[in-house]
Amino acid sequence: MRLQVSEQLVIWLVRLVTYSMVAVVGYILFDIVWKGAGVLSWTFLTTSPSVDGRGGIFPAIIGTFYLVTGTIAVALPLGMASAIYLTEYAKQGRLTGLIRLAIVTLAGVPSIVFGLFGLGLFVLFLNFGTSILAGSLTLACMILPTIIVSSEESLRAVPLALREASLALGATKWETIRKSVLPYAIPGMLTGSILGVGRAAGETAPILFTVAAFYLPNLPRSIFDQVLALPYHLYVLATQYPNPEQVRPTQYGTALVLLLLVLGLNVGAIVLRTHFRKRYRW
Amino acid sequence: MFVREVRERLVRYTLVVCASTSILIVLLIFLFLLREAQPFLRSPGLGALLAAEWKPKSMQQVSFGLLPLITGSLLVTALATAIAIPFGVCGAVYIAEIAGPREREILKPFIELVAAIPSVVLGFFGLVVVAPLVKGTFALPSGLTAITGAILLALMAVPTIITISEDAIRSVPKAYKDASLALGANRVQTIWKVIVPAALSGIIASIMLGMGRVIGETMAVIMVTGNAPKTTLSPISSVRTMTATIAAELGEVPFGSEHYQALFWVGIVLLLATFLLNLVAMRVLKAYRRA
Repeated sequence: MRLQVSEQLVIWLVRLVTYSMVAVVGYILFDIVWKGAGVLSWTFLTTSPSVDGRGGIFPAIIGTFYLVTGTIAVALPLGMASAIYLTEYAKQGRLTGLIRLAIVTLAGVPSIVFGLFGLGLFVLFLNFGTSILAGSLTLACMILPTIIVSSEESLRAVPLALREASLALGATKWETIRKSVLPYAIPGMLTGSILGVGRAAGETAPILFTVAAFYLPNLPRSIFDQVLALPYHLYVLATQYPNPEQVRPTQYGTALVLLLLVLGLNVGAIVLRTHFRKRYRW
Repeated sequence: MFVREVRERLVRYTLVVCASTSILIVLLIFLFLLREAQPFLRSPGLGALLAAEWKPKSMQQVSFGLLPLITGSLLVTALATAIAIPFGVCGAVYIAEIAGPREREILKPFIELVAAIPSVVLGFFGLVVVAPLVKGTFALPSGLTAITGAILLALMAVPTIITISEDAIRSVPKAYKDASLALGANRVQTIWKVIVPAALSGIIASIMLGMGRVIGETMAVIMVTGNAPKTTLSPISSVRTMTATIAAELGEVPFGSEHYQALFWVGIVLLLATFLLNLVAMRVLKAYRRA
């Protein structure tokens, strides 16, 4: 009997530790939603910030939107093509091994190092300046592994029989991939890329020196312009003003918008994933 | 027929080229960090990085010693790992072995969501809520300390630890569990004496990957650790990590100056550290999966 009591005790302890963590995260979300919700208004979302740190965040929202669009335009085709090569064509060999090592390495590179790299290559060497172009390319390098890995997963989920049937009917390899594999894999690939978008939207370190502006009330005119971006804007609001207490409402509002954007994208991806998994049950 | 064959080849080559860009990017990262950092080798020389102090802007004697930055990063990483391990391992055990299927369906996506919270938002929360708490608890003049950063970073490492450990725990053969239970061991004994040891290398790899994430994290750290570059091992002292140093100083230095080059060396050290950590973790995972 004594044994049973101690067994229950340990199980409850593990449960307690797990749920205390859930509670901490819950509190963080609650704090930001609670204090940020009062600030959210149509004016906050659609006006420019003023010099004293108050005002709206419209340019930051637009800036993040441009950055994310540029990032995905580069990373999605590259990532999908890489995944198709790795799952459908690649044989075990030196090149494949190298590509896999590169992807794992890339996934582990700290975001600030991507910032240094973007500064060295895109901003200075290729002379793009601190611009949307340089920032998007830097972010694209960062999220490439996420897109490749999730695209591979959804390609592998398509049963081999579909490919065999198509090849047996005389279709070539590419025809098979295009007509029998991709239609089933594309939803999963797009889902994975939403996760990449979420990461690109929330990262600050890679854009510090490649695109983000400290204060900029205007909207960008070309891809060679600087922009405000939500994460960097929050950082500036929280740390660079002499009286951070006075700017607190704007800080909470910006944090909430960023959080809603990133978590919204992630929840969307999770929901879509479950949806597609249910639709195709092989 | 000819057109079809040409198209096949064309597609194949395009795909190879696309897939190889990952290799190209990794090479370019090393190349361009070194390119910006290399004039430092001639003057003041690599030995300057071994000095005891990081005083890049001093009027009397500039000093580019990496020691305080490295100890800062190590201190914060060690503390964060120490906090994250019990939560991560308990969480993984709970989700894999104790939680019901319904509970698991809710907990797993929730953990994934935690991993997605932008670090700058966590840093902001740390600045506004955690720092005053630390300040009050330890009666300090400022709440911006190594431990404040470590608490936030632990939160970022936990999802990595849980996701990979849970995977490792679930891939322990069911026969182990059955055998243990059949011998009269209860659930708790089976979990801690059979399942966790069998999944140990996977759990260790998950902790190392979590550490890799922590040591490379920038925004949460820069906002809450106080940014004083000093060599210390005290958790309640203000420190400056390698990542925070780059983020805080690169924006203000003249391009091409010694200070600028020194910051690229910090980046190289950081890159090598995370690269090694990830490499070892991947090896451990691979060896474990084969076994």
